[in-house]
Amino acid sequence: MADTVTDTASTRRATTRYRPRTGLGWLWLPLALCALFLYIPIAVLVGMSFNDGGSAFSWDGFSFRWYAELAGDEVLRQSVLTSLMIAAGATVVATVLGTLLGVGLARHTRSKALETAAMAPAILPDLVLAIGLLAFFFVAGIPKSALTILLAHAAFGTAFVVAVVRARLTGSDASLEEASRDLGAGGFTTFVQVTLPSIAPAVVAGALLVFTLSLDEFVIAYFTAGPTTHTLPITVYSMVRTGVTPEINALATVLVAISVVVVVVAARAVRRTEKS
Amino acid sequence: MTSPTPTGAPATTASPARAPQRRTLLSVDRVGRSFGDVRALDGISLDIAENEFFALLGPSGCGKTTLLRSIAGFETPDEGEIRLGDDDLLAMPPHRRPVNLMFQSYALFPHMSVAANIAYGLKREGLPKAEIADRVDEVLATVGLSSLAKRRPAQLSGGQRQRVALARAIVKRPRLLLLDEPLSALDRKVRAEMQLELKRLQHEVGITFVVVTHDQDEAMSMADRIAVLADGRVQQVATPVELYRNPANLFVADFIGSSNRLAGTVDAGHFVAPGIGRLPSDGTSDVAPGSEAHLVVRPEDLRIVPHGAGVLDGKVSEVQFQGGASTVAIAVPGQERPFLATVPGVAAQTRGSHVGLTWDSAVVVTDDRA
Repeated sequence: MADTVTDTASTRRATTRYRPRTGLGWLWLPLALCALFLYIPIAVLVGMSFNDGGSAFSWDGFSFRWYAELAGDEVLRQSVLTSLMIAAGATVVATVLGTLLGVGLARHTRSKALETAAMAPAILPDLVLAIGLLAFFFVAGIPKSALTILLAHAAFGTAFVVAVVRARLTGSDASLEEASRDLGAGGFTTFVQVTLPSIAPAVVAGALLVFTLSLDEFVIAYFTAGPTTHTLPITVYSMVRTGVTPEINALATVLVAISVVVVVVAARAVRRTEKS
Repeated sequence: MTSPTPTGAPATTASPARAPQRRTLLSVDRVGRSFGDVRALDGISLDIAENEFFALLGPSGCGKTTLLRSIAGFETPDEGEIRLGDDDLLAMPPHRRPVNLMFQSYALFPHMSVAANIAYGLKREGLPKAEIADRVDEVLATVGLSSLAKRRPAQLSGGQRQRVALARAIVKRPRLLLLDEPLSALDRKVRAEMQLELKRLQHEVGITFVVVTHDQDEAMSMADRIAVLADGRVQQVATPVELYRNPANLFVADFIGSSNRLAGTVDAGHFVAPGIGRLPSDGTSDVAPGSEAHLVVRPEDLRIVPHGAGVLDGKVSEVQFQGGASTVAIAVPGQERPFLATVPGVAAQTRGSHVGLTWDSAVVVTDDRA
């Protein structure tokens, strides 16, 4: 009963007391609209991939028909394989070069010109890069093939890796590397033992970025492809010209599934390296 | 300007810039470094003795960190020489110098355990695994962190991280350990603890310590000798007591401890304050006759006497009780800043009372910086 007096006093004060807002408030509305706008098309696409009918726009009942058709499509399967190989190769080249370039730009030079040059391929319009590369391959006498696409993708992919790696390093203190040097490690050991572990999440993120960008890149691939190399986007483009079939929906659904798996796995890997 | 002996240093002391008795370990000779128009180091010369605890003290921007980083190898001086024993340090890359630096941020490797952090430097020396393990255990015991060997730096408190950084540096048994603001990231209580700890460790491991700090209390309580730096130059090198008792110039007098100042001139061996007259003082022989000078009286040398019985008269403007002692602020007519007197226990004076001031010792310094 002794509490009664203080209770009434504190409740009166409580009515005017400021409390930090924990919920979204009315902000849920724009959030929900954004989510709808982003995900409804994907949901429709996934849903229509199970459509029994031949139209991409009207529902005729549930079926795995288009998935079966997709599995039997030799042209499509070949182009998926080509795209995966190009993406993997471009990722390796771009990640190695981009990481080294990113570290170099963040730690060993103050040159703005070099920085701009390294980032340019990511900023330039794809069309400009595509025409430039086409001209380059022609002048250099390199026949267009899957390899030229790989090199082209590695060129712009490097710029993305540089951007991600450099951002991570500029945010971090150079004293870690200095400490390593101070304790008797040369430049190479310092890079392997100290720099690389601290930028690992950025390197993984950069590699993922390059892989996904390369996988669905159309303009540059179209310009630098040989007559018989067809990446997935190029094949899909030619399929769409003859009419959209639910087979493309099925393909898109498979790609969405793969992307989700890759992103989840990568996120886990990054979290693991950060924890350890 | 490049002389290691500070101008205005009392003639009674042997040149304090030369390390007394013990063998010189590190010798910094006329080292200069400019960043654009800024002279970060301007002809710095210092000799640091074997086993000495040496402090580089100065306000931020005085060049102390640049000097430390030059010794470690992360800055390259434009001119001058840095020698460690017989080795020319400037000819070696940082990873080959027998010198270790404890970074202000500690720079512990976040992806390695405490033990791996400490073992890092030993692994680079290519020592056998068993010896590395032994030495890591030993140094962990020295700094009192044996139970935390498997932790990550992120799981440690500030004081613990500091110990790891220290362990990582001393495990290499460097001839010289450099410490960049070693205690600045710690809170007050831990800092006092670590001051004692650092001194104990220095005795225990027998390594020469050079510590950079902007905190005069830290330097005074830990160092055998202190170099006071300002504007990229050495103002004075001396023991803490010497710095306090015989500051080389006004900058040192102001920077070390608190001081009461009177402006005036030196005339025929006496300090003369305008409107007051001749005042008791020491050190006037170092000041050219007729030149402008300042009389510096430490608060504990200032004696409060009855009104009219002292050299100066004033009115008590504030009394602060600090436990073991009290500080009495006395406003003296014609002086901008009140005089501060430290008296033991509780002050007998109260605010507003009229008192006289006198002193037994005071030192005369000029405003001429090195």
